[in-house]
Amino acid sequence: MPTLHRLWGNLAFRFGIVVLCVLTLIAIAAPYLDTVDPAALDYSLINRPAGEQVTFTFPDGNSVQHTLWMGSDSYGRDIYSRVIYGTRISLLVALCVAAIAVTIGMLLGVLAGFVARLDAIIMRTMDGLMAFPSILLAIALVAALGAQLWTVIVAVAIPEIPRVVRLVRSMVLTLREEPFVEAAIALATPTSTILSRHILPNAVAPLIVQGTFIAASAVLTEAALSFLGLGLPPDIPTWGNIMAEGRVQFSQYPGNVMFPALFLVPTILAINLLGDGMRDALDPKFAKKTG
Amino acid sequence: MTAEHPPTLEISELTVALPHGGDRPHAIENLSFTIHKGQTLCVVGESGSGKSVTATAVMGLLPKELKVSAGTISLRGESLLTMKKSRLRALQGQAMSMVFQEPMTALNPVMKCGEQLDELLRKHTSWRGAQRRQAMLDIMQRVRLPDPERIMRSYPHQLSGGQRQRIVIAMAMILRPDLVICDEPTTALDVTTQKEILDLLNELKREHGVAILFITHDMSVVSEIADKILVMRLGKVVEYGTRDQVLGAPAAEYTRMLLDAVPSMTPPPPRSLDGQPARLRGVQVCKSYESRSLFGRGKSTVALHNADVVVHRGETVGIVGESGSGKSTFARCLVRLIQPSAGEVHWSDHSGTVEVAAKSQRQLRCVRDRIQIIFQDPNRSLNPRQKVGESIIEGALNFGMRRDEALQLARELIAKVRLPVEALERYPNQFSGGQRQRIAIARALACKPQVLVADEAVSALDVSVQAQIMTLLRDIQQELGLGMLFITHDLRVAAQLCDRVIVMHQSRIVEQGLTAELYANPENDYTRKLLNAAPRMSTFAQPLN
Repeated sequence: MPTLHRLWGNLAFRFGIVVLCVLTLIAIAAPYLDTVDPAALDYSLINRPAGEQVTFTFPDGNSVQHTLWMGSDSYGRDIYSRVIYGTRISLLVALCVAAIAVTIGMLLGVLAGFVARLDAIIMRTMDGLMAFPSILLAIALVAALGAQLWTVIVAVAIPEIPRVVRLVRSMVLTLREEPFVEAAIALATPTSTILSRHILPNAVAPLIVQGTFIAASAVLTEAALSFLGLGLPPDIPTWGNIMAEGRVQFSQYPGNVMFPALFLVPTILAINLLGDGMRDALDPKFAKKTG
Repeated sequence: MTAEHPPTLEISELTVALPHGGDRPHAIENLSFTIHKGQTLCVVGESGSGKSVTATAVMGLLPKELKVSAGTISLRGESLLTMKKSRLRALQGQAMSMVFQEPMTALNPVMKCGEQLDELLRKHTSWRGAQRRQAMLDIMQRVRLPDPERIMRSYPHQLSGGQRQRIVIAMAMILRPDLVICDEPTTALDVTTQKEILDLLNELKREHGVAILFITHDMSVVSEIADKILVMRLGKVVEYGTRDQVLGAPAAEYTRMLLDAVPSMTPPPPRSLDGQPARLRGVQVCKSYESRSLFGRGKSTVALHNADVVVHRGETVGIVGESGSGKSTFARCLVRLIQPSAGEVHWSDHSGTVEVAAKSQRQLRCVRDRIQIIFQDPNRSLNPRQKVGESIIEGALNFGMRRDEALQLARELIAKVRLPVEALERYPNQFSGGQRQRIAIARALACKPQVLVADEAVSALDVSVQAQIMTLLRDIQQELGLGMLFITHDLRVAAQLCDRVIVMHQSRIVEQGLTAELYANPENDYTRKLLNAAPRMSTFAQPLN
C-alpha cells in the first residue's frame, strides 16, 4: 500500500505512532509495571520523596515492598501507580470522545449537506453550540449529568461536534458537485448509496485527521475538568486529578504536578504530530510534487 | 539576426533531471534552440512532453525537485544558469517575462490591476508617479484595453477572461523585455478571444521586436503565430525548423501525426438519417436562477431561454458556443441533473416516451437508463476510491442486472472502449486522461442508453487522444444506433462529429442547421464571428506577413 508507506515515511507520524503505542502498552500492562492499587492509602507514607524504598501497607493490613518511583501524595498514595493507571483514563477518554464526536458530527454533517430542509436547523444549532466556550459547556454538562466516566466523555465530546459537522458539510457540498457524483445520479443510483459509496469514502481522510486533533484536545479538556475538580471523582486516578491534588503544596512537593505533566505533554504532542503527519501524507495538496 | 548580435535566447544541450522513481530519468533531454529578436518560437507537444519545464527553466522558476544537469541557457549572451541570484531577479520581469495560461491565478485577486502594474514599475525602475502612470496608460492602450482608467481601478474578478489576459500581457510587456515566454496563454480562453490575443502578440512582436517563446499543444495556434517550431515528445526534441518546414513538410512521423490529428473545419459528407425516431426532445426549455436577498426582493438570472432540440436515433447533434453561453446548462437540463424552470423534456425508447421535465429524482430513476452523460474532466468523472469495474457495473446493477451478468457486460464494454480487461481491477489514478474518458464512456454504456450526452468530453485531452476518442464515439454510435448530443466549444470537433449543429450565445439558441450548410453559409452574425475566429490549419503554406 503506497499510502501506508507514505505515512511511515513521514517523521511526525512515525514519532506520534511510536509514542502512542508505548502509552497504549503502558495502559494495558499497568498492573504489571511494579504498581500498587492506585487508590490505596498508607497514612504512614505521606509526601515521601521520589525513589524511596518503602513497605507499603494496604488498608486491609497486607503490606508489600515497594519503590515510590515518583514519591507519594498528601494522602499517602503512590503517584507512580496513579500516573500509570491514569494513562488508561486519558487514552480511553481520547478514543471515545473522538469516536463519538466524529460519528455524530459525520451524520449531522451529511444530513446538513444533503438535505436542504435540515441544513439551516442543524447549522444554526451548531453555531449556538460553538458560541459557548467549550470548557464552560463541558462543566455545565458534567454538573447536570453528575461526574462519572461516561458523563465526562459525553460532556467533552459535545462541544467538539460542531467542528466535525462543519467540516463534513463543506466536504459533502463540494463532493456532491463532482462529476462522478453527477454520473451516479444519471445512473439512477439511490441517494443513500451515493452517500455511502461515493461521498463518504472520499471524505474519510480529512475526518480521520480531524479526529486525531479532537482526541488531543479531549485529553486536555478532561485533564482541565479534573484539575478544576469537576471531572472524574478523586478515587479514579487521572492526570488532571493528580495535578489538582498536588497544586496546593506545589512549592514543597513539585513532583505531584510535574510527573503527570511529563506524561500529559508528550501524549498531546504525539497525538497532534500523528494528526499533522496524516494530514501531510493523505492530503494531496501537501504531498510533495514530483515531475 | 546578424552575426554581431547574440540571439535573444540560446539554449544548448539542456538536460533537466527528474527525481528518482519517475517514469523517465529526464524531464527534458538535450534540448537546443535559439530565438532572435522579433521571432516567435513555438514549442509544441502533448502533456508530459516537457514543454512547460522548458519555460520554467528559462525563467529560473524550476521546482526544487528538478535540477538542470547539463547544458546552458543564455539571454543576450549572458548565461542564466551561472549568474548571481540578484542579477537573475533583476532580469526576471525586466529582460524576460512570462504570460501564464490562467490569467485569474496569475493576477493577485486582492490587488487592483493598476496597483499590480505599478508595483512592477516601482520595483524595476526609478520613475516618478506621473511617469509610471503614463507608462501604464500607454501599455494599456497598446494591449487594446478599453477605458484604461476604469480598468486600473478594477480588481481582476471584475474583468472578463480576455481582459485579464491582456492585463497579464501588459504586465509582461510594460518593462519592454527582450523575451516574453507564453505558456499556453490562450488555452483557457474562448475562440474569439483567443484570436484577438494571438493577433495582439503578433503585433507586439512586430512593433517592439520582442522574441517570443510560445508554448502550446495546439497545432492550429502554432500555424497562426510561429516563425520557428520545436516539436517535443517525452522530453526529447522530435523536430526543429522554420514554420514552413515543419508545417509544410514535416520530417518526423510524430509531427505528421500531430498535424493529422487536428480536426478540420470541413465537415464530412452528410449521413442519411431519414425516418429515424426521435430519442430525446427538449421543447422551450428554460432555466433561471433566483437569488433572494435578505429583504425578499428576488433577483432572477436567466441561464437558458426557450431552447429546443431533437436528437434522433443514430444522429449526433452538436451544441457549440463560448463559455457562459448556456450550453452546459441546456445539457444538464436535458439529462435532468438540474430541473428546468419551464419547458418539456421527452426521453423515448422503443417502449414509448416519457416527459421528465418536472419529475422528481426518485420518479426519474426507473427511466434513467435511457440517457447517459459523459463529462469534460477525466480526473474528476470517476470516483477515485472505487475500482474501475465497480464504477462500470453500477448502472447495470441499479437496473436490476445480476452481478455476474453485469461483470460479464463490463468485460465486453471495456473491450469495446479498447482497454485491457485487467483495467477493471484497477483504480482510476492508474490511468491517463484518455483512458479514463474511455472508462467513463464504458460506464455510460453499461445501462444501454438511447442517447449519450457528451459535455465537452474531448476538450481536456491531447489532440492525438482527442482524435482516438472521437473515432471511438463515432464507432460506438454506429454500432448501437445511439443518439448523441455533443456539447463543445471547439467548432472543428463539432464539424467532424455532428450531423446538425446548434449555436448558442448568451443563453439562447441563435442558429441551427445541418453542419455543412451552417458552416458554409452562416446567417447569424455571431455564428459568422465564431467561425472566423476558429484557428485554421489551411493557411500554413503561406508565410506570415
